Amino acid sequence: MTTMTSSTTAPTRSFTADAVEDVRPTRRRLGPGAPIRFGGLIGIAALLAAWVVGSATGLLDPRTLTEPWTVVETAGTLVENGRLQESLLTSGIRAALGLGLGVAVGTVLALVSGLSRLGEALIDGPIQVKRSIPTLALIPLLILWLGIGEPMKVITIALAVFVPVYIHTHNGLRSIEGRYAELAETLGVTRGEFVRHVVLPGAMPGFLLGMRFAVTSSLLALVVVEVINATSGIGHMITLASNYGQTDIIVVGLVVYALLGVTADAIVRFIERKALSWRRTLAS
Amino acid sequence: MATHPGQLTTQTSHQPRAAVRVKDLHRSFNKAGGVLNGLDLEIAPGEFVALLGRSGSGKSTLLRALAGLDRGVDGTGRIEVPERVSVVFQDSRLLPWKRLLDNVTLGLRSSDAALRGSETLAEVGLAGREKAWPHELSGGEQQRASLARSLVRDPQLLLADEPFGALDALTRIRMHTLLRKLCEVHQPAVLLVTHDVDEAIVLADRVIVLDDGVVRHDARIDLGTRRSQADPAFARLRAELLSELGVEDDHDAVPGRHSATDHAHLDERAAS
Repeated sequence: MTTMTSSTTAPTRSFTADAVEDVRPTRRRLGPGAPIRFGGLIGIAALLAAWVVGSATGLLDPRTLTEPWTVVETAGTLVENGRLQESLLTSGIRAALGLGLGVAVGTVLALVSGLSRLGEALIDGPIQVKRSIPTLALIPLLILWLGIGEPMKVITIALAVFVPVYIHTHNGLRSIEGRYAELAETLGVTRGEFVRHVVLPGAMPGFLLGMRFAVTSSLLALVVVEVINATSGIGHMITLASNYGQTDIIVVGLVVYALLGVTADAIVRFIERKALSWRRTLAS
Repeated sequence: MATHPGQLTTQTSHQPRAAVRVKDLHRSFNKAGGVLNGLDLEIAPGEFVALLGRSGSGKSTLLRALAGLDRGVDGTGRIEVPERVSVVFQDSRLLPWKRLLDNVTLGLRSSDAALRGSETLAEVGLAGREKAWPHELSGGEQQRASLARSLVRDPQLLLADEPFGALDALTRIRMHTLLRKLCEVHQPAVLLVTHDVDEAIVLADRVIVLDDGVVRHDARIDLGTRRSQADPAFARLRAELLSELGVEDDHDAVPGRHSATDHAHLDERAAS
């Protein structure tokens, strides 16, 4: 009789308290399903729990990785004597200066290269070459040119930052549909208005994607320049701790770097959500 | 000329000044052959002209030529268009990153641009939607917004490239009514490119059939302001335009349904 009952389309029967019938064929779900609330934090929590359990049971040697509570204690001490804030401030300013310089340069170059064929011919080639040289490989040359002071550090960070900003902004510019340019032509707008109303907002998604890469690159470059011959900053703190075998301070430094990265990424994503509220994407 | 009680308020081509004057227009995309081959066309101020033609007959090429969007296309000839020309595209082409009002007033420099934009939005039935994002609108609403963007510029010539082609049939009927109403108020000359013979007859004062890059058929539509498909004259004109386009009338497809009578009040004239 009921031969239509197959494994995938079996009618499911469920009756609520007041017996309203709900009979419907249901298919087995193949997609990932509804998102888990705060799902992104679960993996991190599990990792921290493993650290706590490993340290408490003695599976993790304190000389390899300090216990989490010692790290918290050390962080407290470092905050109390002001070393942590001081280092954080120095590192933060360095990263911000490099990031700001790199983003400005990358954006301007992308605009020039995206809006004029001559600009593209002059700019795009060298940047593609620069892209294939890891910025960190330029450090020896930069040290010869600029010494080992702050300018070298800021410029190294800027060099690491401007490439992703340029690439993604340029790509965003070029992927603005030609039909919008055509529309602007029929509306008789000036070149300036075209840039302001069509080009810049159209390139915004690309620019912000570039920004997210840029933030990561800036922190990477920050770590490297701070380990080389720095006398201040988080990296300097870590290098010193390494010389004295203080894993707790190293871990504190790493946590601060992680917090810097996560915070910066969250800020860019926040700006992205605000600036791109016109977009109806799968994410929203 | 046939006499018909419901005279349209249109000017004939005897009028001294034309809104559009096209003379001996040639356009070709490759050496093999031209898309437009010596086309002549005049459109009077305020006249509503529908342009029919098979795919590849040069409809869109003509429209783009009139809109000044065919840089880089080979060709000769003479085109005179008014100073203020607006284009309505098949896609509404609203900038997705601008709210509706900013889309409508884009490029307007007068100080009352926002006010005029709001008024025009109200005119197309989108009052109070100034702050909406384009993606929040339905297809029909987007196209109405795009009409508002064209009309707020007070065009002397409105070029429309299959503006209702992507809309569903019911929305299209509503858009027809709206477009007729707006044209009565703003009185632009209109060149409407369409595939839809019924749409052409319902909307236009004059229907032009393009074939092989020249005007093949040029018919003035004299059906009055109430144009019903039940009107025998409508059916006859429809059959005639379809045959000009080389298509068999689908109303004849079912035997025994054909009802065209010879009471048609048509005023047609063959192209040059």
